[in-house]
Amino acid sequence: MSVDAGALHVRTVTELARGIRDGEFSARELTEALLERIAANNERLNAFITITGEQALEAADAADRARARSDAPPLNGVPIVHKDLFCTRGVLTTCGSRILGNFVSPYDATVVERLQAAGAVMLGKTNMDEFAMGSSTENSAFGPVANPWDSKCSPGGSSGGTAAAVAARLVPAGTGTDTGGSIRQPAALTGTVGLKPTYGRVSRHGMVAFASSLDQAGVITRSAEDAAALLGAIAGFDERDSTSVDHPVPDYVAGLGRRLKDLKIGIVRQHFDEGLDPQCAARVRDALEVLRQQGAALIDVDLPNLALSVPTYYVVAPAECSSNMSRFDGVRFGHRAENPENLLDLYCRSRGEGFGAEVKRRIMTGTYVLSAGYYDAYYLKAQKVRQLIGQDFNNAFRDVDVIAGPTAPTPAFALGEKTDDPITMYLNDIYTIGANLAGLPGISVPCGFADALPVGLQLVGPHFAEERILNIAHQYQLLTDWHKTCPEGFE
Amino acid sequence: MSDWEAVIGLEIHTQLATVSKIFSGAPTAYGAEPNAQASLIDLGYPGVLPVLNFEAVRMACKFGLAVKATIAPRSIFARKNYFYPDLPKGYQISQYELPIVSQGELIILDSEGREKRIGITRAHLEEDAGKSVHAGLAEYTGIDLNRAGTPLLEIVSDPDLRSAKEAVAYMRKVHTLVRYLEISDGNMQEGSFRCDANVSIRPRGQQALGTRTELKNLNSFRFVEKAINFEIERQSEVLEVGGTVIQETRLYDADLDETRVMRSKEEANDYRYFPDPDLLPVVIDEAFIREVGDGLPELPDAKRQRFVSQYQLKPADADTLTVSRGVADYFETVAADSAARLAANWIIGDLSAALNREGLDIGASRIPPGALAGLLQRIDDNTISGKMAKEVFEAMWSGEGSADDIIEARGLRQITDTAAIESVVEAVIRANPNQVAAYQGGKEKLLGYFVGQVMKETRGKANPAEVNRILKKQLHS
Repeated sequence: MSVDAGALHVRTVTELARGIRDGEFSARELTEALLERIAANNERLNAFITITGEQALEAADAADRARARSDAPPLNGVPIVHKDLFCTRGVLTTCGSRILGNFVSPYDATVVERLQAAGAVMLGKTNMDEFAMGSSTENSAFGPVANPWDSKCSPGGSSGGTAAAVAARLVPAGTGTDTGGSIRQPAALTGTVGLKPTYGRVSRHGMVAFASSLDQAGVITRSAEDAAALLGAIAGFDERDSTSVDHPVPDYVAGLGRRLKDLKIGIVRQHFDEGLDPQCAARVRDALEVLRQQGAALIDVDLPNLALSVPTYYVVAPAECSSNMSRFDGVRFGHRAENPENLLDLYCRSRGEGFGAEVKRRIMTGTYVLSAGYYDAYYLKAQKVRQLIGQDFNNAFRDVDVIAGPTAPTPAFALGEKTDDPITMYLNDIYTIGANLAGLPGISVPCGFADALPVGLQLVGPHFAEERILNIAHQYQLLTDWHKTCPEGFE
Repeated sequence: MSDWEAVIGLEIHTQLATVSKIFSGAPTAYGAEPNAQASLIDLGYPGVLPVLNFEAVRMACKFGLAVKATIAPRSIFARKNYFYPDLPKGYQISQYELPIVSQGELIILDSEGREKRIGITRAHLEEDAGKSVHAGLAEYTGIDLNRAGTPLLEIVSDPDLRSAKEAVAYMRKVHTLVRYLEISDGNMQEGSFRCDANVSIRPRGQQALGTRTELKNLNSFRFVEKAINFEIERQSEVLEVGGTVIQETRLYDADLDETRVMRSKEEANDYRYFPDPDLLPVVIDEAFIREVGDGLPELPDAKRQRFVSQYQLKPADADTLTVSRGVADYFETVAADSAARLAANWIIGDLSAALNREGLDIGASRIPPGALAGLLQRIDDNTISGKMAKEVFEAMWSGEGSADDIIEARGLRQITDTAAIESVVEAVIRANPNQVAAYQGGKEKLLGYFVGQVMKETRGKANPAEVNRILKKQLHS
């Protein structure tokens, strides 16, 4: 069997699965080709924390053996990567943190388990903002990730490692997590597709918690069709996560053929107010025009409390974070300070040495807002506003099928540009946070370029409307080539 | 010296008798190798999530219904945040604002034997922490997380208790109840039933409450009584010299029989409670409450009252016999086939003594209830005397067989045949003319001598009442 290994890396999940199934190339050939690409390019991107070459080849061989059987799973032999927040048995799972720098998970996350069962081959664990706290992948104990479109720029975050790897064609797809935009924003900034499902659609078991009521696992791919295929593999009820929802999982790929005629698309005027880069605004308007020409109606909708979403998020998320981070105490696993004098010293130094600045900032903020005397004014009030934001979306979805707009206010920004200004950094998630607070599914799709940097179109749907937003994204991609554009140097 | 009144409230932690833990599938059995019964969830590993064991909810509902409380249609688990090495997640999952059980009550008997209502503020579900282990470790503290995640029901009383004795009476009542409901084994040695006490004092007649202290580590009824009494005494000494009681947590030291400061109010943790986002609200509907209610056993108070009316027992005896379902069931089985009062006396007397002697639970009694009834029937029908019965009881305890077998084998059958006794009496009178003359001359104390002679002749088997009656009749004739 002879294939042009140089051509495999640009193929999508769907194409690769077909190629293996049809015997065009083997899973081993594919895996070797991509491992070589990773080895050649990771140094300049720093997208990976761990590369699991040996295990990948074993899994690829198993996939090749399975191919001979009639019951080969749907993603048999397809290479993927996991954000280093997903627990992987026997493999380092660092969450981008020094405090878990030595942590080898004794079990697999549900997402990992299900993708493995679907035949996917894990190539490695990707870099990320520490514990998913950040929007630039600069808050990693393992160094920042470079954006393949411009190595001086950030790929966004926190799932920046997966986004960069997928954009650079090192791997066709990978997992991410999205607490305030951590899948959609890096997808927008790297010209990839990022899907955040409905809260509860995908199990959180084995996904190390940042803010439990907001965290949701999802995928980063190059096409909506691939995102549909992967979501089908990871979605569904899991008895190990009480917040996962027992709701039927449709065949998302089969749902991709619907025309956009009579589709009602909601446009939120505030999304296009000041703060949005004019070029990004123009690209998003172009994209909406493409959808309109397909028969979709563009309808203005109002989300009156949307402006409160960032401050609300920065009360709720740090509050949950401060509690979730407490288990990292140097007692049972992870980093432990040397020669502690006493228990307090053990705690203070293990955590002081183990956590980075952003995590500490959020632990302190969260501890403050939950404190006696402040709880009502901050946490309780934020929960009430959160309810209002959810109601705003519910009201809007009475009139429209989906809400469309920009994913991020600007294209990729320079590494180091916002690191000293957390508030500006937080505002990067201004368009994405609402979907997390309301638990809604959202997707970012590449819709053009601003000064040669990718721009993303975001689609947000009602609860469990993944099929709908995937279909719209897919229909858009049938008419556009933005997602097929490869960053220079990674062709 | 002022006349002080104590105001006491108890927080009882009772371990629920579920097979597995409240948020993981690990077993709850006591006494395993350290950390052998801790799953990744109990260890607080990254990424794992709690999943509620609904059996704990059912047990909490049983308790709630038994104390006539309100069962919340929707209750919430909250995180109580603090750092401690035996608390793996850095927070304990508990219930705070919306507990599953609220507004209940129990009736106790106060020092004058009058019924007194003790309010139950709330009872909430929570997970237990692990244990720190110091023994045998020189420079380190060991952590055993077997107990981490064990379900607890924390039962909080209103401050309705006015003395250490009342506190103990209330605690015993709760202890009896949780075992009746079979929601806890109540084993205090293993820590399945433990208690903290909030104690304050005030001048009798004053409405306002004094400053309270919280006493920790009260793991026996005796310690509860001693610790509270010590604390009442300590507080009154402080106040009588013009001092003020400081709000603080105090630890009871059983060896020294004193309480001492553990932490002051200033050092108290701010637990930063908030709803646990990993768990959904616990929703309980009417049908479930009805189902649990229908499955409740007869409760101790109802049973005690029934014993008094149905079996004509003294209230104190009925109280003793309803201390556990095991004892009550044993009694009722015996009483079904023998005289109830006699059954009560024997169970409270000889049987309890024998069980205590060997540290056995009534369920493990060497004499099953049916066999005891067999013995009591022989007393009742005068086959044997009470004194003989004690001998038979001991033989039965040693496994020599049924009462009838032992009576037969040892020839213990009592002589109740009047004619047989009369002939022995006649022979004794004939053989002792001098004593007969003395008796008839007024030395009536000699009757005992004659009884002794008759018993000697019959080798103790003659019915004593009958011997007395016949002797008197013949000596006076």
